[in-house]
Amino acid sequence: MNIAFYIAAAISIFSTVMVITRFNIMHALLYLIVSLLSVAVIFYLYGAPFMAALEVIIYAGAIMVLIIFFVMMLNLGPETTRNEKQWLKPGMWMLPALLCLILLIELAYLIAQNKAPATGITPVAPKEVGRSLFGPYILAVELSAMLLMAGIVGAYHLGRQKKKILHRFFESNAS
Amino acid sequence: MSTGQYWLVIGGVLFVILNTAAGLIWLERRALALWQDRYGPNRAGPFGLFIVLADTIKLFFKEDWIPPFADKIVFVFAPAVVVASVLMSFTIIPFAPNVMVADLNIGLLFFLAMSSMGVYSIVLGGWASNNKYALLGAMRGASQMISYEVFMGLSLMGVVVLSGTFNLREIVEAQRGGWYILPQLIGFFIFLVAGIAETHRLPFDIPEAESELVAGFHSEYSGMKFGMFFIGEYMGITLISSMVVTLYFGGWLGPAFLPPVIWFVLKTFVFIMLFILLRASMPRPRYDQLMEYGWKILFPLSLLNLMVTAAIKLLL
Repeated sequence: MNIAFYIAAAISIFSTVMVITRFNIMHALLYLIVSLLSVAVIFYLYGAPFMAALEVIIYAGAIMVLIIFFVMMLNLGPETTRNEKQWLKPGMWMLPALLCLILLIELAYLIAQNKAPATGITPVAPKEVGRSLFGPYILAVELSAMLLMAGIVGAYHLGRQKKKILHRFFESNAS
Repeated sequence: MSTGQYWLVIGGVLFVILNTAAGLIWLERRALALWQDRYGPNRAGPFGLFIVLADTIKLFFKEDWIPPFADKIVFVFAPAVVVASVLMSFTIIPFAPNVMVADLNIGLLFFLAMSSMGVYSIVLGGWASNNKYALLGAMRGASQMISYEVFMGLSLMGVVVLSGTFNLREIVEAQRGGWYILPQLIGFFIFLVAGIAETHRLPFDIPEAESELVAGFHSEYSGMKFGMFFIGEYMGITLISSMVVTLYFGGWLGPAFLPPVIWFVLKTFVFIMLFILLRASMPRPRYDQLMEYGWKILFPLSLLNLMVTAAIKLLL
């Protein structure tokens, strides 16, 4: 199992780096999907099969498809790739990379401090996830449902169209 | 199961699925011809069966052309996605009491996950072709499959409520008292419609709609890359048929005079024939009609089905 974890983790890190460094936005998005899938594999290995399935269905399967859909509609050609190349100069990413490096060293130090790594993985079945979601965490579920509802109503309001009148003859009769 | 048996099951499933998909090329042409009152392919071999061979050889020997204006890597990658995602879905289907590749406790969710991965083949294939017809087909395909996935998941939840599990083997076992087609008639109907839309078969084949979009998202594909889309579609039909059988028609359950695998295959073929009959008999809806039908009729219906099922389960 350890080997599977290290493979998935390596793929995840590699693909995430590729997401940042690709100039072609579609390729970057594809690497992002790979990254999400490898995270799903890690979830599955460490006893959260339900989370793994949701990660693939919602993140990799629905949200990324929508993002790709919009990128497709924007019709970004080689020109954007050239622009991206101009924007991403070493001066731009040097400082953030340095800050991230400090965080990484800190993280490595903290992991090294924790001498006894967590063993004994207990898989959490989908039923237990449901029990705890609709038991102790019911308030959070309801709140997020409200948030989503507000989002849907807002999207409907923005996307609503007035009734189209196809011919001027109907204009006087309409409304 | 020992390791040897396990590998045998994997190899057997792969062999049967791929050959079924190839055989469907012949079956569909013959059945369509029968329903349209003509003969269909009947020259090569007995009943024209060798047309499968001829078609395969033709696909392999055609010029494998990648358009110079296409995004080469994505263009090559897209047809592989459809076949891989459908084949992965077959791992969770119980063909007989002990014949299944992976006994996952999230089986049904895995199926949904893989079917949502299948969208990428259309979207990426259409985008990478860099062709306006392909792009239109890809956009239609993406919106169609995303919307129909929603009701597909919701209609399946009725079965989950009744059986109390995502595991397909346990769902089949739970149907010993009675198949779920009776209590889940509406769920079955919605799943079937959503399944047809997911495999983008006629009448819901508007991503490729040959009369308006040349060949839709695979306009630029030729040779075996087109063959992958082609085979992927037939495997998708087989997949949806076997899912319908597993979830609503008792899977491998049946009277004891035939072995369970035979029952499963027989039931699956009934639904494959239904898919072909639909292609022979239904006109293609307009794009906005399809979306409206989905969101305004199927979506509330599947929610209602889920709520009523849950309420009855709670009361009994």
